[in-house]
Amino acid sequence: MSELSLTAGRAVEAAVAAGAGDAEAYASRDSGREIRVHGGEVESLTAATQSGIGVRAWIGGRVGYAYGTDLSGPGVAAIAARAAEAARIADEDEFASPPQPAPAEGLPGLSDPSIDAWPPARAAELALTVERTALAADSRIAGVEQAVYADSAERVAIASSTGLAGEYEASSCFAYLQALAEGDSGRETGLGFGLARGPDGLDPEAIGAEGAARATAMIGAVKPASRNCPVLLDPTVAASFAGLIGGALGAGAVQRGRSPFAGRLGEELAGEALALHDDGRDPAGAASAPFDGEGVPRRRTPLIEGGRLRTYLYDTYTANREGGESTGSAARHGYRSLPSVSASNLVVAPGALSFAQLLEEAGDGVFVTDVAGLHSGVNPVTGIFSVGASGRAIRGGELAEPLREFTIAGDLISMLGSVRAAGAEARWVPFGGSVSTPPLLVGEIAVSGS
Amino acid sequence: MTDLIDPAVAERVLGRALANGGRFAEVFAERRQGLSMAIDESRLESVQSGAEEGAGVRVVDGATTYFAHVDGLDPADLERAADEAASALRGERKEPRPLRAVVTVPLPIERPPGEVPAERKAALLRELDERARGQGAEIAQFTSSYAEARREVAVANSDGLLSGDDRTRVRIGAQAVARRDAIVETGAETLGAHRGFELLEDDPGRIAEQAARKALTLLDAGPAPSGSMPVVVGGGFGGVLFHEMTGHGLEADHIHKGASVYVGKLGEQVAQPLLSAYDDGRLPGEWGSDGIDDEGAPTQKTQVIEDGRLTSYLYDRLTAEGDGVASTGNGRRESFRHLPIPRMTNTYIAPGEATPEEMIAELESGFYAVSFAGGQVDPATGDFVFGVSEGYLIEGGKVTRPCRGATLIGNCLEALSAIDAVGDDFFMKSGICGKGGQKVPVGTGQGHVRVRAMTVGGTEL
Repeated sequence: MSELSLTAGRAVEAAVAAGAGDAEAYASRDSGREIRVHGGEVESLTAATQSGIGVRAWIGGRVGYAYGTDLSGPGVAAIAARAAEAARIADEDEFASPPQPAPAEGLPGLSDPSIDAWPPARAAELALTVERTALAADSRIAGVEQAVYADSAERVAIASSTGLAGEYEASSCFAYLQALAEGDSGRETGLGFGLARGPDGLDPEAIGAEGAARATAMIGAVKPASRNCPVLLDPTVAASFAGLIGGALGAGAVQRGRSPFAGRLGEELAGEALALHDDGRDPAGAASAPFDGEGVPRRRTPLIEGGRLRTYLYDTYTANREGGESTGSAARHGYRSLPSVSASNLVVAPGALSFAQLLEEAGDGVFVTDVAGLHSGVNPVTGIFSVGASGRAIRGGELAEPLREFTIAGDLISMLGSVRAAGAEARWVPFGGSVSTPPLLVGEIAVSGS
Repeated sequence: MTDLIDPAVAERVLGRALANGGRFAEVFAERRQGLSMAIDESRLESVQSGAEEGAGVRVVDGATTYFAHVDGLDPADLERAADEAASALRGERKEPRPLRAVVTVPLPIERPPGEVPAERKAALLRELDERARGQGAEIAQFTSSYAEARREVAVANSDGLLSGDDRTRVRIGAQAVARRDAIVETGAETLGAHRGFELLEDDPGRIAEQAARKALTLLDAGPAPSGSMPVVVGGGFGGVLFHEMTGHGLEADHIHKGASVYVGKLGEQVAQPLLSAYDDGRLPGEWGSDGIDDEGAPTQKTQVIEDGRLTSYLYDRLTAEGDGVASTGNGRRESFRHLPIPRMTNTYIAPGEATPEEMIAELESGFYAVSFAGGQVDPATGDFVFGVSEGYLIEGGKVTRPCRGATLIGNCLEALSAIDAVGDDFFMKSGICGKGGQKVPVGTGQGHVRVRAMTVGGTEL
C-alpha cells in the first residue's frame, strides 16, 4: 500500500477516534509545471508539488468536512478532529451516509510517462513553437499575448470506515495561446489549444495555427442586425452549452428545485440529432478515473437518447434521497472540496454532416465561434441565458463577414429542442468541464446586435 | 508582523535562491485558515474547515521568472522550494541584501471570527433563512452561505525587504428562488468585507430579504429588449462595469503585451470630464483592501482617471520596473501557489453630482440595470459583456416593468466615453475577480451611472 493510502487510512481512524460514526478520507499528491512564453523568451517557469487531505465525518446524519496540507501524524489527526467537530454543527439529514465499497475496474492509460521524459527546456521549446507558428502563419498577426504549456501528474487515494479503499494515478497536459491580429479597426484575439495525457500527444504547430486563424478571421468584424436566425455553434461553444446542460442534470439541483430539468424525466426534449451521455471512463476524457470523488466506480450514463431525458446524475447522497443508485458522479475539486454531483466527461454524439453541409443546412444565419460572460449571463436555475458572442455570418450556405459585439439569448430547454444537426467531427474541449462535441446547428435563436 | 518565517531562515532561503544567479529573489510564506457553512432547504450543511500553509519562491533573471512552491513552512520545505526555483539557472552566485523588517499595520479586526462560536454562525444562517422565507409564500427555495478566512502572509526579498500582513475576511451570501406556477426567478445578494465578525452586527438578515425581494419582483418580469439604447446602471456592484470596461485594461501586464485598448492612452481624454476613478487598496474594511500587496509593497490609492483623463496604469513590481516607475501596490496572488500579477484592489468611479432620479427622468426610453451577476472583458479587443441580475425598462422618464435575461455588451473605449452622468449615491460591493487562473477578492463601487448608448441583448426584437 502506498504512503498516500496509508495516510488516508490513518485519517479515517483518527476521525472515528474523534467521535465520528463513519469517516472517509481523500488524499492527493501532485507535481506539475507551467511554462509561459512571450516574445520568443520564457516569461515564467513554475515547478510545484502539492499534497493534502480532506476528511468527511458522519455523526448520525450530520456531516462535517475538514482539509489541510499537514500530512504528519499529528497534522492528520488534527484535520480529522476538525471534521468531526464540523459534523456536530451541521443539522441531521436522514439521507446522509457514506458509500458502500464496490469493486472499481482498473482504467489503464490515464498516465503518460512522456511527462517525466520531457525536461523543462524541451517543454519550453514546445510553447515557443506554438508562439512561433502563430507569428509566422499570417502577416497580420501582431503578436501573441501568451503561449502556455502546463502538465501535472496526480496520485489520488481514498479510504473509508465502510471498507472502501482505492488509488489511481493520472496525468494531463495542455498548451494554448492567445494570438493577436491587427486590423484597421483594432486588435482581434484568437485562442488555440490542445489537450493530451502527456506532451507527446500535443501538436504545437496545430495549436499555433488555430490561434492565428481564429484571430485573423475576426479582422474587420461588424455588429450584426438583431433577428432570430439559425445558429451554428463551434465545438468550443457547443461544449460550454453542453456543460451548462450537464450541470443542470445533476440530481442535487433537480431535487432542490433549482434546475430547468426538474420533473422532466422521460420527456422528449430533443430531436434525433442530439444524443448526450456522461462517460467517466473514456480514456481520452480529462475527467476519467476508475472511481469518482467518493470512491464509487465511474461509468457511462446515457442522459439524452432518442430525444428523451433518460436520467439525472447522482452521487451517493442524492441517490439515497430517491432510493436509487449513484451514477458515480461525485466530483471533487481536489482535497479542499466536499464531493458534489457533477458530470465527468460529457460526450455529444457526432452526426453525419460535414462542416460545409452544416453551413448549407443553416442557409442564412450566424456561426458562433466564441461566447463570453457565461458565468453571469446564464441562470442555472431557470436555464434562461443571454451571452456575448462573436463569429461569422452565414449567407447562402457559406461563411461570410466576421461578426462581433452581439448576444445570443434563449433558454436551455428550447435550445435543446431546436438542435437540428450535429457535425461529423467531434473534438475534446476543456470548457464546460471536459466535453467532447461536434459543431451543432441550432434551428432558431435570438441574435441581438445593432 | 507575523511569525511565519524566521528572518535568519529567510536570508538563507534567499541566498540559496540566488545560488545560480538572478537579479531578484523573493520568498512568500502563507498560513491560511477558513471556515464555511451553508443553509439549504432550511437545513444547516456543508460545514467545512480548512488549514493550509506553504511558500513560494521566485527568482527573476533577465525577462524570465523561475517559481517553485511547496506545502509546509519548515526551513527544509522553504529551502527545497529555493533550490527548485534556482535549478534552471546557470549563472554566478549573487548575494541578497541583509533583511530589514518593515513595520506594516494590518487592517484592524474587532472580533476575530475564530473566537466566535460556530453555533453563532449557524444561528445567523437560520435567521437569514427565516427572513427570506418570511417575504412571501412564493419563495420556494432559499440558500445562504457564511465564510470566514484568515491569511497570514510574510514576504522577504533580495533587496532586503521583510514584511508581513494578517488578513481576515468575512462574507455571507443569499440566494432565493421564487415560483409562481411555471414561472421561476432567482435573486441573490452578498455582504463581504476585510473585517471580522463585527461586519455582521448590523442586521445582516437584510441581505436575505433583499435577495427574496429581487426574486419576487422578477416574477412579474417580461422579456428583455434587444438593441442599442441608453442604459442607467445602479450603484455599488454596478461598478463592475468600470472594473471590466477599464480596470482590467489598465493592468500593466496587458499594457506591456499590447493586449489592451488603453495602450498609449496615458494622459489622453478617455471619458467625459465628469468622470474620475480610483483603485484604492487602503479603503478601511473594504473587501479588496490589504495592508500590503503580495510583494510587500504598501497598498495605495491610485487615481486612474482624473476629470476624464487617463492618469495611471496599475503595476506590480516587474511591470513597474519595466516602465521605470514605482509599483502601485497591485501585485496580488491567490495564494503561495501563484505568481503575483497586476490586479485591481477596490476600483470605483468617484461620486458625481447627478441623482438617479434625474438620470432616469431625462430618458424617453432606455434600460435600467440595477445590478449585475458579473461580467467579462477581453482587454485586447475591449469587448465586454455583463449579465444583468435585476433590470427594468425605462419608458417616458419612468422605471416601468422588470425584465428577465438581459445582457449588456459593448466595447470599452466607446462605452467609457459614452458615460454622460455620474450619480451622488456612492457605495461599494464585494466581488471575486478571476484572471490567469487566479481568483482574488476585489471591491467595486460607484453611484448610479448613465451610458448614452449600449447594446442590450434580450430576446424581444
